[in-house]
Amino acid sequence: MSETPITPTSNTASGGSWFYNARLRGFVSQAVVLGLLAWSLYAIVSNTQINLQRLNQNFGFDFLNKAANFDILSSLISYSSSSNYGRALLVGFWNTLLVSVSGILLATLIGFVGGVMRLSKNAVVSGAAAIYVDFVRSVPLLLQIFMWYALVLKPLPGPRQAFNFFNCIFISNRGIIAPRPEFGEGAIWALALLIVALIASYFLHNYAKQKQALTGERIPAGWLSLAMIVALPAVGLFLAGWPLSWDFPSLTGFNFSGGMTLIPEFLALLLALSVYTGTFITEIVRAGIQSVNKGQTEASQALGLESGQALRLVVIPQALRVIIPPLANQYLNLTKNSTLAIAIGFPDLVATGGTILNQSGKAIEIVMIWMVVYLSLSLGTSAFMNWYNSRMKLVTR
Amino acid sequence: MLNALKATLAVSAAAMALAASTAQAGTLDDVKARGQLICGSNPSLLGFGVPDDQGKWTGFDVDYCRAIAAAVLGDANKVKFVPLSAKERFTALQSSTIDVLARNSTWTMSRDTQLGLTFAGVNYYDGQGFLVPKKLGVKSAMELKGATVCVQSGTTTELNLADFFKANKMDYKVVAFEKNEEVLKAYQEGRCDVYSTDQSGLYAERLGFTNPDEHIVLPEIISKEPLGPVVRQNDAQWFNIVKWVSYSLIVAEEFGVTSANVDDMRKSTNPEIQRMLSAKVTGSDGKDADNYFGKGMGLGPDWAYSAIKQVGNYGEIFERNVGQKTKLKIARGKNALWSNGGLQYAPPIR
Repeated sequence: MSETPITPTSNTASGGSWFYNARLRGFVSQAVVLGLLAWSLYAIVSNTQINLQRLNQNFGFDFLNKAANFDILSSLISYSSSSNYGRALLVGFWNTLLVSVSGILLATLIGFVGGVMRLSKNAVVSGAAAIYVDFVRSVPLLLQIFMWYALVLKPLPGPRQAFNFFNCIFISNRGIIAPRPEFGEGAIWALALLIVALIASYFLHNYAKQKQALTGERIPAGWLSLAMIVALPAVGLFLAGWPLSWDFPSLTGFNFSGGMTLIPEFLALLLALSVYTGTFITEIVRAGIQSVNKGQTEASQALGLESGQALRLVVIPQALRVIIPPLANQYLNLTKNSTLAIAIGFPDLVATGGTILNQSGKAIEIVMIWMVVYLSLSLGTSAFMNWYNSRMKLVTR
Repeated sequence: MLNALKATLAVSAAAMALAASTAQAGTLDDVKARGQLICGSNPSLLGFGVPDDQGKWTGFDVDYCRAIAAAVLGDANKVKFVPLSAKERFTALQSSTIDVLARNSTWTMSRDTQLGLTFAGVNYYDGQGFLVPKKLGVKSAMELKGATVCVQSGTTTELNLADFFKANKMDYKVVAFEKNEEVLKAYQEGRCDVYSTDQSGLYAERLGFTNPDEHIVLPEIISKEPLGPVVRQNDAQWFNIVKWVSYSLIVAEEFGVTSANVDDMRKSTNPEIQRMLSAKVTGSDGKDADNYFGKGMGLGPDWAYSAIKQVGNYGEIFERNVGQKTKLKIARGKNALWSNGGLQYAPPIR
């Protein structure tokens, strides 16, 4: 027999007020909340409208088609001062994405190394990791960005006295300048063969796994894949008559021309973000590893695994289940913290958007674009991490 | 139940109607009620707007705010200065965070017509220039091909720069920072070959360098930068006040009225001085008590008198903040009175 909830409707009949009717009370309170929400939304919108009208401003995104008339330090896509505002925002978006994704990769690397170091039996190693975590995470990120920027810029000479590595790579306070590969006709074959190599290595890995499971025999799949990935495109280039040339940087007048440049602003921001976020990931990884029962390590040792193998094959896969959810938080934080780029002049979405806001006066529109973009980035990261988390979940057979 | 819902909706609707009909008071009334003028200022431009170590603000633009406060409230010290970056300034004015913006802002058509703001005249005629380290050996802006230039983002500087290099078919790199301090630091650390801003700013900032003599200002001026105070577009009365307080400072210089002699000048027989200082109103007869200039914009008879008495005329403000006796040593140049071959010209007070 199932219990039915007691409905106090009978109370109303006995002269009690509607207040005692749980259903009605629930309905009314929800209606009130909904009404308040609708009202505040309306108030915000109408207030904005009135104020915009008062200032002879109109709301709309047409301004994105106007010429930007300003230049941007570094861009992944083609951009000039005659491009429009929309293009400038896109430049900022790609820069944000670039620094966030590279930051996430680097921070994860630092975090995993740090987390493992933190649990090392060697007091010097674990002590170093502990000092790193405690010091770096206690200092505000903005200060660290300034510090890295000064560290990147200060010791480096000007372009005329740049550190010169075989006339190929130059390091100066204008950044790291390296030759840029230029692919001619036929390079598409190299690309095609690279893709073939990647697919082949995927299958090779699966095959190696199966073979090991069946026979215990191990194939050096990693080395073989690497050889394929390097050799196949090279063969492709050779067959196509080597359609690859290098654009070497050279010093002309003030600066280097040609080549490709890694600007100091990007380097400083990347280092600051990943070293800072790395401290939190270190702690997450440490907690994750510690959450794996000690018996697992002992059992893998009993099976004859070396300590590195035990960590890689037994402990970390189990620890990942604990690590991934808080890791997602750190990735979101890193992406949002990348907006501090503005302090050192790296043209991310907030920096370029801010300039556009100032030049066009479209504050509300720009702020809306910012919010939508960062919301999408965050939701996208969350979705990816959730997917990864569900893949890494303990598979019950 | 339905009744309760209806009641809720009715209350909400009433509240909505209330929110929608918020009345807009004039800026003058706001300032008077507050007893204080809120002025958007540059926090870090020597000679134009900068607080000292005691928090006392000084500078050319700062004195304009003081003059407005003196004219409106009778006391040049009743000003609150809000430090603003180039990027924040117009939004701060649009959103009524400040009453007036006096922050070396360039009057351009788009700013005047598209931002809901209005420039109330020009208080300083400037132009954009370039500062380079001497050791680069550059003598002219036309030799800057391939240079890296540090600028402040969200400024006309940034736009003029793009135009200049495009027009002269030279490539360049721009590093734009939000805060001027960062621009200067980056330039001094060698991140850039060139620092570009209004020429007055170049001279001012160079003074703060460790070795000012190692940097030179290139001779070219690549833009017109008429700087002036800015107000919101919808308040004609406030616009008039800011505009005419500025003009009165120029008129005062033109007629030799200074902070030192303004009391004597009230007895002057020159009709324009009499009109500016409302001499007849506060004079012994008091006949024309309701017929003074300044009444039309809601100010008391002492509007110009207080501004000149407490802050000084245009020339005094110029010399005190940026003139020959200051570290900046900027010549009057284009900012001389029209009668001396400059561009500073005020319509008559009549």
